[in-house]
Formats: sequence, structure tokens, C-alpha cells
Amino acid sequence: MATMDELLRLLQENALETPENLAQMLDTNEEDVRQRIADYEQRGIIRGYQAVIDEDRLDVDVVTAVIEVKITPQREHGFNEIAERISRFPEVQSLFLMSGAFDLLLFVTGRTLHEVALFVSDKLATIEGINSTATHFMLKTYKQNGVLMHSEDEYERLQVSP
Amino acid sequence: MNDSRSPRDRVGRVVRDLPRSGIRDFFELVAARDNVISLGVGEPDFATPWRVREATIFALEHGATSYSSNLGLPQLRRAISSYVKRRTGVEYDPKTEILVTVGVSEALDLAMRALLEPGDEALYHEPSYVSYNPVIRLAGGTPVAVETGSEHGFRVTRARLEECTGERTRLLLLNYPNNPTGAALEPADVAEIAAFARERDLLVLSDEIYGELTYDRDHCSLISQPGMKERTVYLHGMSKAWSMTGYRLGFACAPAELIEAMMKIHQYTMLCAPTPSQKGAIEALENGDEDVESMRAEYRRRRNVMHSRFEAMGLPCMRPDGAFYMMPWIGDTGMTSKEFAVRLLEEKDVAVVPGTAFGECGEGYVRCCFAASMDHIRAALERIEAFLASEKVSQ
Repeated sequence: MATMDELLRLLQENALETPENLAQMLDTNEEDVRQRIADYEQRGIIRGYQAVIDEDRLDVDVVTAVIEVKITPQREHGFNEIAERISRFPEVQSLFLMSGAFDLLLFVTGRTLHEVALFVSDKLATIEGINSTATHFMLKTYKQNGVLMHSEDEYERLQVSP
Repeated sequence: MNDSRSPRDRVGRVVRDLPRSGIRDFFELVAARDNVISLGVGEPDFATPWRVREATIFALEHGATSYSSNLGLPQLRRAISSYVKRRTGVEYDPKTEILVTVGVSEALDLAMRALLEPGDEALYHEPSYVSYNPVIRLAGGTPVAVETGSEHGFRVTRARLEECTGERTRLLLLNYPNNPTGAALEPADVAEIAAFARERDLLVLSDEIYGELTYDRDHCSLISQPGMKERTVYLHGMSKAWSMTGYRLGFACAPAELIEAMMKIHQYTMLCAPTPSQKGAIEALENGDEDVESMRAEYRRRRNVMHSRFEAMGLPCMRPDGAFYMMPWIGDTGMTSKEFAVRLLEEKDVAVVPGTAFGECGEGYVRCCFAASMDHIRAALERIEAFLASEKVSQ
């Protein structure tokens, strides 16, 4: 089975790493790194660069809800048409087709509970083909995109050892 | 009765004559300073993978706090047997051919004490891990250093072994991938050394604790060679590749008679390895491959960065194939290894270990460990570059 290019892994960990540093780590040259990144961008493999933010530490109002949605699949389109339509709402941050007790899983953000509730009741639930929704509000983030939102305690290490 | 002997005189002669580790004095210098960036720690900067910590916590919560069998938990010995077979193709019987120890250091000590008679000579290669020479002496043996140099990539050669082998040579101690040079043996080296050991009827202690940490090719174990399982004590442990230094968990694999001999000493001294650590080790060996792979990938990146920067700043340096150390040549600065390390510490607050701590042939080198974080490595390299630049200006 093919494995992911190490360059992509490094960018996934820290997209701000400079081409010079990446080249040193990968034992190649800067030009090669720049070319590979450009190629990945052009092919749509790298689709964007984002910071992972611990919103709990920010003094801003952000409410995130996880919403389970059951839908009726449509002839010739299956789940895709409704899913693609829902994904265009700016409130929807992520959307996945799921196996199991429901069909779609949405991550939705708003400034207040009321704002998210309005989105669900007025926009989401009223779309034809949506049978039911179950909304869960997120209370605290411990880990996101593989990044811990808390630090491990610093443990004092020896400065020199054999 | 008034006894006139001083406390010092009461210490046994072998221990009294044993010099302190070359690192010790330097360690005290480092400890007296704040804000030191250290490349001197031979220890992963990663905490133990969470799955292993979690398994250890689970074991404690469920009362795994008693002694284990002297040989180690049967489940761990089975896990070790599977692991070694998976990595080397060689099968050891978990009932009789595997001993779990308190770190690989204990396994090494047990093997020396069990196998050496007073006056027996034991070959080991230098530069080497600081304990090898003293452990041989403490076991009553006579250490014989086989010097290795950068001209052969710090790999021991048959020719040098021939020169150092005599009538009383009983044992050969090998450590590849190597601390402090980062050298790893190539398949041809391993075949050559194995042939030599068979011809000279030598026992081999093969410390392969860095066996998981090779970067450009797979590790080539001595026990995989024909006829070597019968004459080798394979030493390994969880400290380095699984980042479990504080667990103090190692193991030895060898023919049953040798394990039985080592176990006799172990049962009267250590008794058994810590049981919670053994539980953690089972999880590491059975399910830790991905954790090792991700740490190895990170070490590889750090090695590449450190090596290319040393070369760029004019410090020639063998690119290590394994472990997490490299030894740049600083001889051209006109300083000795110790002078270089002390001045770098005092002027730039960077700790590296003088090469002479690992044997006299380490003169002209300093050991730098790339198990430090990438940020620390980059910052330390900046300071070393500035140190070299200021040295050139002042000359």
C-alpha cells in the first residue's frame, strides 16, 4: 500500500515550515520542495492551509454543534445532492456521510446557541428530503485535527547523560 | 578496637581503581548553569507513547504490583519472542531462552558476570558507551579496546579484531547501531564478524538496543547469521526506540544454559523487573510499531538537519546510519574535545559531550544527540555556528 509523502505529513503538522527547513529535514533541496508543493496545490491535493485554534482560549463567542441528520436518498443522486446543498451553508464547517443510525454528520458554528438553533430549525430541517435532526452542542475541545488542546506537564530531564 | 582504615580504604580495590565517568565532571558544570540547550542527553525527548503509559496505568489500577517470575512475566516473554522473530527471523523459547531485566544495562552486567572468569579478556570497540569498560572490569575481566575510526565509518573490522585477539580472549561485545558514533553495521560487516567469532570460538554480547533506529536501511542483527544464535547473548531494551527510559526494562535472549546462568545472579540481586513496566512493555511490543515509526521518522528529519548544518559550518561529520548521535570532528579548531565542550558551554550555553568520554580515540570529536526537539537542535546549531565564527575572528 502506498504511504503518504513525508512532505505532506510535515505540512499537515506545521504548514508554516519554510521550504529551507523542509528541504533540510527531507534531505533534499528547496527547489524540489517548492515544486512538489506547487504540484500538490495544482492537483487539488493540498486544498488549503489553516491554523488549529483553541477557541476556548479566545475571548470571542463561538458555539459549535454536532448535528446528526437522517435523509431520504434521492433517485439517481443518492445522498449527494442534499449533502452538497447543505455543505454550501457558511455555518457548516464540516460534513460527512456516515454509516449507522444516521446519514450525515455536520459540524456547525455560530455566535450563540440561538443562532445555531435558528439555522437548524429554519434552514436545515426545512430542506426537502431531511427527515430528522439531532443537535449536540460541544462544551469543550480536548483534541482537534490530531492536536492536543492541553499540554503535558514539563518533566525535568537530565541535561547530560551517557 | 580502634580501626585506622579510612572509609576509602574499605572500598573494594576494583571499584576504588575505577575512574569516574568522563561525563560526570562535565555534568556538574552543566548543572551549575541556567538556560543551557543540551545536545548531551542520550534520551528521547518524547514521552512514552500514550498507549504504553495507559497500559501501565491500567495494570497499576488492577493491582499488578507484585513480583513477577524471576525470568519476567510469561506474557512479556512471549511478546519478546514474537518481536525478536519478527525482526530477526530467529526464534527463542520464551520459557527458557529469554530473561527480562532492569534495563539493558542490567542484562549487560549479568552477562559479563555470568560469563567472564578472572583474567579473561573481553573485546569491545571504542568509541563506546561509557559503561562497557567498567562493567567488564567489575566482572573481573580485562577489557581490551578495539579502536574504530571515521575512515571505516566507526565500524569494527575483522583486521582490527584479529590484532586485538589473544589467548585469553573469551568474549566480544558489540553495540551497533552505536552510541556515541551513530554507526551501523552493513550486512558484509556482520557476516565478517560472525565468521571471526565462529573461527575463534568467541562468545558475543550484542547490544542492539538501537536496532529499531536505523535510517537508510534495515538493521542487520548478528543473531541472524548462521551459527550465531548458539554463541550470542542478544541484548535489547525498551528505553530508546519506545522512549521508555524511566521504565527500566530490558531483556536478554540466549541459549538456555546462558540465560540460566544470568538468571542465577538476577534472582539474588534484582529479583525481577518492575511488574507495571513489564505490562507497559507488552503493549509496546505488541501494538507500538506505529509509535516507533513516527519517532524514527522524526529522528531521521533531525539527523538530516543537524548533519547538513554541521557540514555547512565546516565541521566534518559522518552521517549516522542509526541511533540518535553524531560526532562532528572539531579537531581543526585547535581545541581538544574537552576544551571545545567546556568553552561552548561557558560561552554559548550549549552542552555537547567530549568525545574522550567514550574512549581516548574520541579525541577531536564531540557527541551531539539529535533526540532533542527540532527547535532546540536549530537553536543549538545557531549558537555553535556563532561560537565557531567568534573563534575564527579571535584567531
